[in-house]
Amino acid sequence: MLRLNSSKEAELYAKANQIRQDIINTLVEAGSGHSAGPLGMADIFAALYFHVLNHDPGNPNWEDRDRLLVSNGHICPVQYVTMAHAGYFPKEELLTLRKLDSRLQGHPHRTSLAGLETTSGPLGSGLSQAIGVALAGELDEKRFWTYCICSDGEQNEGNFWEAVMFAGKRKMRRLTAIMDRNNIQIDGHTEDIMPLEPLRAKYEAFNWHVLEIDGHNIEAFVDAINESKAIYEKPTMIIAHTIPGKGVSFMEGDYQWHGKPPKPDEAKIALKELRTLEGRIVSEHE
Amino acid sequence: MAIQKNAYISAKVFDEDVEQQPTRNGYGEGLLEAGEKYENVVALCADLTESTRTEAFAKKFPERFFEVGVAEQNMNTIAAGLGISGKIPFVASYATFSPGRAVEQIRTTIAYNDSNVKIAGHHAGISVGPDGATHQALEDVAIMRAMPNMRVIVPADAEEARKATLEAVKIKGPVYLRFAREKTPVFTTKKTPFRFGRAEIFFKAAKPKVAIIAAGPILHNALIAANELKKEKINTVVINCHTVKPLDEKTILKVVKEVDAVVTVEEHQVLGGLGGAIAELLAKEMPKKMGFIGMQDCFGESGSPEELIKKYGMDTVAIKKKVKEVLKS
Repeated sequence: MLRLNSSKEAELYAKANQIRQDIINTLVEAGSGHSAGPLGMADIFAALYFHVLNHDPGNPNWEDRDRLLVSNGHICPVQYVTMAHAGYFPKEELLTLRKLDSRLQGHPHRTSLAGLETTSGPLGSGLSQAIGVALAGELDEKRFWTYCICSDGEQNEGNFWEAVMFAGKRKMRRLTAIMDRNNIQIDGHTEDIMPLEPLRAKYEAFNWHVLEIDGHNIEAFVDAINESKAIYEKPTMIIAHTIPGKGVSFMEGDYQWHGKPPKPDEAKIALKELRTLEGRIVSEHE
Repeated sequence: MAIQKNAYISAKVFDEDVEQQPTRNGYGEGLLEAGEKYENVVALCADLTESTRTEAFAKKFPERFFEVGVAEQNMNTIAAGLGISGKIPFVASYATFSPGRAVEQIRTTIAYNDSNVKIAGHHAGISVGPDGATHQALEDVAIMRAMPNMRVIVPADAEEARKATLEAVKIKGPVYLRFAREKTPVFTTKKTPFRFGRAEIFFKAAKPKVAIIAAGPILHNALIAANELKKEKINTVVINCHTVKPLDEKTILKVVKEVDAVVTVEEHQVLGGLGGAIAELLAKEMPKKMGFIGMQDCFGESGSPEELIKKYGMDTVAIKKKVKEVLKS
């Protein structure tokens, strides 16, 4: 059971804020990439890498580590930034994102960067891979946990539901999926493009345990992780309701920020908002 | 004797009563042996366990066998996860569906991801027969050959299929193995060498004028054609090119150097498969007149295997004709 005291919780929120700032810095330098998803998932990534995961950045291939597979690979800026903060590689390297010879490929490539559990980007295939990883763990009688981060948009993919069916059949308890339910995808709002609701009922019908949380409430997220670990007969889907672009006022909730980076002047505003906690405190920088 | 001694070909290779077995049987035997020999070998199947001969493994090692249902994309991606976690997964379905339907998943999560997955494509070739074009995989070698990190093996008979399956375990990284549905002659023996990445000369008449390079069970037709041509005083050399990727460039160039022309033989489209691979090599290193036996950029249809092989120009008559054609021009 993962306990979360108030000082740890405050530390995680502060970490999430730093991660958001570095996402902006990284994307501006890259000149392309996705903004909304990474910002929306910063709280969950901070909680995972700095509280939930049993991992060792100094020994990324440690065989008993928890596995985190990111199915929606396009949100990799948040994973790269969080990994750098956790010590997997130097933070300066973040500025190489999407550039020639970089370990930080535009979509994550396992063999390029130690600490990435798999290669992803094309949507809908991450949960199956997580299942494979978890099955290997079962065969080896390992105790590690397998987490799979996925998006709501990729629920459109048939491959995803093949995986959902399989995990339900196998009652894969050491598997927890976390869905970034931010209601947007490239062409617009998820319910306009291809309605997903009722999502909870769908997963329950496939024999999953389903939890719904506010994806910006770290305490709720940690509670959900704890509950998922206490469920012995089913895999768990945590539907995390998030705000795409969270923390930057002009990006929040706007699907047009799904796949583009901020321009330098936009980044300046974004960073100021993040530093001042949206104007609630004074920033020493200008 | 034109049959090469060190190939240890069955004495019955040209006889009517040569043993007949589908190459998929060799997969089943090889997989079972691999399971016995290596603890980390696991198998997955998409609702075709009996047909792909995965059954024996599944019965013997139920805890290492995963039935995914009719879901080839899921099968390949689950295998990708297993393959990056220390397991050696073999996935089996009909080649039209796997690799066919799962091409992007294979490209991203197995090939690019360099996951240690062995993909067994069954019911490949036109000899699938009555099921018709939907079930006759004729583009699989071209598709898989184009993927970086992917190796491609096309065994010629059940015995070679068994060896290839076992050998695939030792190769670190993705491998595509191609198998057929129909019974075909088992003309190699336990002693016939099978070395991954190596082409073997099976037949060589004195001072050959044409090299016939073949892969898969259709190699048997090539051998019969070569034997009959020899009686007509047309001397050829026949290469078993079971590993289509990586190509054994050294052996092929050495053989081709001695001849005037080359004919490739495969139960696959003539675009991008074995013929394409040989043409690419020769265009670079040693341009020769070439002829291509295979599907001529068209789909198959229902019929008996023999009827189809004949209609689409892959029988011994067609091979002999092609050899004479390339010699003339």
